[in-house]
Amino acid sequence: MAVVVLPRSLTVLFPGAERRVEAEGRTVTQLIDVLDRRWPGVRDRLCQRSDALREFINVYVDGQPADLATPVAPGSVVHILPAVAGG
Amino acid sequence: MTRQLLVLIGTRKGAFILSGSPAGRDDAAGWRLSGPLCEGWPINHFRHDPASGALLAGGGSPWYGAAVWRSDDLGTSWTHSSQGMTYGDDGPAMRSVWHVEPVGDVLYAGVEPAGLFKSIDGGATWAHVEGLTNHPSRPSWQPGNGGLICHTVFAHPSDANRMWVAISAVGCFATEDGGRTWEARNQGVRVDGLPDPYPETGQCVHKMVAAAGQPDRLYQQNHCGTYRSDDAGRTWICLDEGLPSTFGFPIVAHPSDPDTVFTIPLNGDDRGRYVPEAKLAVWRTTDQGSHWSSLREGLPSSDAFVGVLRESMARDDLQPFGLYFGTSTGQLFASADEGGSWRRMADLLPPITSVETALVDA
Repeated sequence: MAVVVLPRSLTVLFPGAERRVEAEGRTVTQLIDVLDRRWPGVRDRLCQRSDALREFINVYVDGQPADLATPVAPGSVVHILPAVAGG
Repeated sequence: MTRQLLVLIGTRKGAFILSGSPAGRDDAAGWRLSGPLCEGWPINHFRHDPASGALLAGGGSPWYGAAVWRSDDLGTSWTHSSQGMTYGDDGPAMRSVWHVEPVGDVLYAGVEPAGLFKSIDGGATWAHVEGLTNHPSRPSWQPGNGGLICHTVFAHPSDANRMWVAISAVGCFATEDGGRTWEARNQGVRVDGLPDPYPETGQCVHKMVAAAGQPDRLYQQNHCGTYRSDDAGRTWICLDEGLPSTFGFPIVAHPSDPDTVFTIPLNGDDRGRYVPEAKLAVWRTTDQGSHWSSLREGLPSSDAFVGVLRESMARDDLQPFGLYFGTSTGQLFASADEGGSWRRMADLLPPITSVETALVDA
């Protein structure tokens, strides 16, 4: 199991979504698929294409920058963060 | 049953609802503002679907992408979806929704980058209307200052196979076969700054409407003039004479008189894009654009350095009908007497991108 930490601005879009979620997956994309099954539409909000995150969505696995293909180990902490942007 | 009038306001920082009694349109104090809705997302179009009763909001988050939001309880709870709203992995990324149009039981969404999507399940899933994107002119489409956006979508009132869209800065397109094929209809619409000022496409249409009771009569406010078509957009007649500028965004049709439309000219694309001489006015023609007059009573007569964007003027369906517009600096003005007099209904909203109205059961 990995721990996925979600931003407030994402969880408010999906009633019942929690900020810290335990999920099983060997890559970031598999974790996002798990989230999408729990809260349909999450993948659309995070991914621009089937193989790419949206431009201003950043993912870190155990503190290191990651993409959809990045491996995730049991016990990993995965942060999904909106980039600092806007006005 | 008591009726409630809603003024639906889309802004750069969420949607808002101004609600009040139809009888109290004259009294700004009697209205209640709620919002921001849609989690503060930039909302380009916020409207009511009279058939389903739903509120629909189209927009796009810079982080989370484009979506159509839907509320079936007048704004208390919301869902959102962009499922299927994609040009595929090899196509350009979807940025935002600019217009939502119910046509019978079908919803259409005009999007950025310019294209048209269709939903037959109330907005839960979307399918690309490929015929528009496959138009032979597509490789030449160029964005306007606001992006390459499909911001106007409407259908013939008695034949849903006949539809029109408008794209900035590309022009007007029409289909007669339910969206399978599209024809560019821009003859007579000027493009200032091009060697050929009358190309087949490349027109920066800002907003387009059908005249009341005459669906083949269209009016458009363009970056380069104001126009009327009497043949469903195939040819256009310039209506600039009598207006204070050739530049503006919104245009709104009278509810029953096909000769009357309203627009809000701005001073010009290279002059600040605020109202001429900083004096706020709505302009009206009652003779198909042959003559224009300004409606100013109650509007600021000096120091009004404001603009009004393409989707930001609307009317209601009461008698006499009301007119409403919002500025790109967050003021909302309303008239309960068809534009004869105006009052400020809100003053400190985020930049307003869309104004619509709805009459609902209280």
